[in-house]
Amino acid sequence: MSSLIETTDLSITFGGHTAVDAVSISVPEKHFKSIIGPNGAGKTTFFNLLSGQLTPTQGKIYYRGKDITKFSPTNRTRAGIGRSFQITNVFPNLTVLENVRLAVQSQAGIRYQMLFHYKKYRTFEEKALEWLRLVLLDDKKGSLASNLAHGEKRKLEIAMLLALETEVLLLDEPTAGMSLEEVPAILEVIKRIKEQGNRTIILIEHKMDMILDLSDSVMVLFNGRLLADGTPEEIMKNETVQSAYLGGLLDE
Amino acid sequence: MTAIILVVAAFLLLLPFVYESRNLLILLTQVFVFSIFAMSYDLLLGFTGIVSFGHAMFFGIGAYSMGIFMKRFEPTLTVFLLAVLTTIVLTGFVSFLVGLLTLRLKSHFYAMLTLSLSGLFLVLAEKWRTMTYGNDGFTFRVPELFIDRTNFYLLCLVVMVAVFLILKRFTNSPLGRVLQAIRENEQRTESLGFQVLHYKIAASVMSGVLAGIAGILYAISLRFVNTSVFAMDITLDALLMTIIGGVGTLIGAIIGAGLIEFAHHWLTELAKEHWIFERWIIFFGIIYILVVMFFPRGIVGTLSTLSWKRKQQPAVKKEEKIAG
Repeated sequence: MSSLIETTDLSITFGGHTAVDAVSISVPEKHFKSIIGPNGAGKTTFFNLLSGQLTPTQGKIYYRGKDITKFSPTNRTRAGIGRSFQITNVFPNLTVLENVRLAVQSQAGIRYQMLFHYKKYRTFEEKALEWLRLVLLDDKKGSLASNLAHGEKRKLEIAMLLALETEVLLLDEPTAGMSLEEVPAILEVIKRIKEQGNRTIILIEHKMDMILDLSDSVMVLFNGRLLADGTPEEIMKNETVQSAYLGGLLDE
Repeated sequence: MTAIILVVAAFLLLLPFVYESRNLLILLTQVFVFSIFAMSYDLLLGFTGIVSFGHAMFFGIGAYSMGIFMKRFEPTLTVFLLAVLTTIVLTGFVSFLVGLLTLRLKSHFYAMLTLSLSGLFLVLAEKWRTMTYGNDGFTFRVPELFIDRTNFYLLCLVVMVAVFLILKRFTNSPLGRVLQAIRENEQRTESLGFQVLHYKIAASVMSGVLAGIAGILYAISLRFVNTSVFAMDITLDALLMTIIGGVGTLIGAIIGAGLIEFAHHWLTELAKEHWIFERWIIFFGIIYILVVMFFPRGIVGTLSTLSWKRKQQPAVKKEEKIAG
């Protein structure tokens, strides 16, 4: 099986605490993988390792068979790994359109052009609008990002991530801190992305009942260790997982 | 907005031909010089979000390069151009190094570093007596063309307008938009795939070179240079001008420079009436505090928010109705 992203014995230790402990996974192309696990299981830390915000103390990360363990976040994005953040992370005092336009500009590789007016690249704006439409945010293009509601900001995040047109999408709890009414809209967006069928998606999620039908596979992290990795059905049946994490949930 | 700017520019261009007050011309020349300087500072503070306390070093490098060239060689146009070139190379080099340091040093640490670096230049200018004549400074002759105040006034005006247009374009270029993204959220800019450091260096070099040019013009206007060009006051003036005018607006820097220079002028004249006005810096301190407290976005920033709000208001009301 050819894998797009592969980690071997990936570990990181903060002081004496091992947040991610020898996690080896492999994600094939066009795959939808979800990561679940209780609070403090190391899900986000694992993401930070994948996206380059943190450097592992041990282990390697491969992308298309290439060792990218030493790559900076910038270079990983350029290589094709984009991520969204659990904490909303947009440019607050720029307009919604400009937020996405910057991502489009980066994707187009226009980085150091300083002689022309940015409006000369009209296609960037059109493309940015398309992305906004996909995440159902095109009616807000003129407002400042800081004036958006929380759920809208998360959508904006996703639009910026999509605009980078990276092969891999790392989505860190896209529904975190959202009111229940807003959640379906986000799921709708994720579904749309999945239907396009040209991305590999890795998703962290707490509300696991929502993502089970979306995922091709689910991996469970517990205390930094990989507890299980398999299809959603296997995970639901897995006894260790049930006792460690799902136990409480199934009793309901 | 553009119309107002054009009218003002035309007015300033014609002024020396219709109104012959030497004092006013000199004062306006000073305003232009400091506008250039303040705009270069605005590029750092308002657009890239870099706080520098050492901007005077570029100003001083420009002033001293011009002074030394004019003193050592004949005051011809060729030498003048050579001095300009030297300034660009020197300020470009220094600002490149300073820009590199933004990699490791963030916010106030960077501000302290620039402060101490410009202090270093101040000491250099004081101690390298053979070249700089120390604290007392020296006078020099300027190229014939610039002896005429009107000519020099026009030169400064043209340079200011040029710098304004260059910076306008620069900040609106794809690269400039990334600078603003860095100001907003550096980490996110990085994860969009931009090399933040390259952009900071670009902004730093651009700003440093333009500040050097302001320094050149300053030296020519006084035909004298001493260590005060490296002083903290120069940086503080730029800070004051950009903040009062409105950070991140460019035109705000020009308005701020005009206000400060004129206020300075009038307050010193009032010194004849009452001794307190000799300490005009006290008033600047008060103005500064008031602006930061009540108009943190400066004159231009506050005005544009007001007009923006007026435009937005009907839309907001509609939304409220729906919500209600």
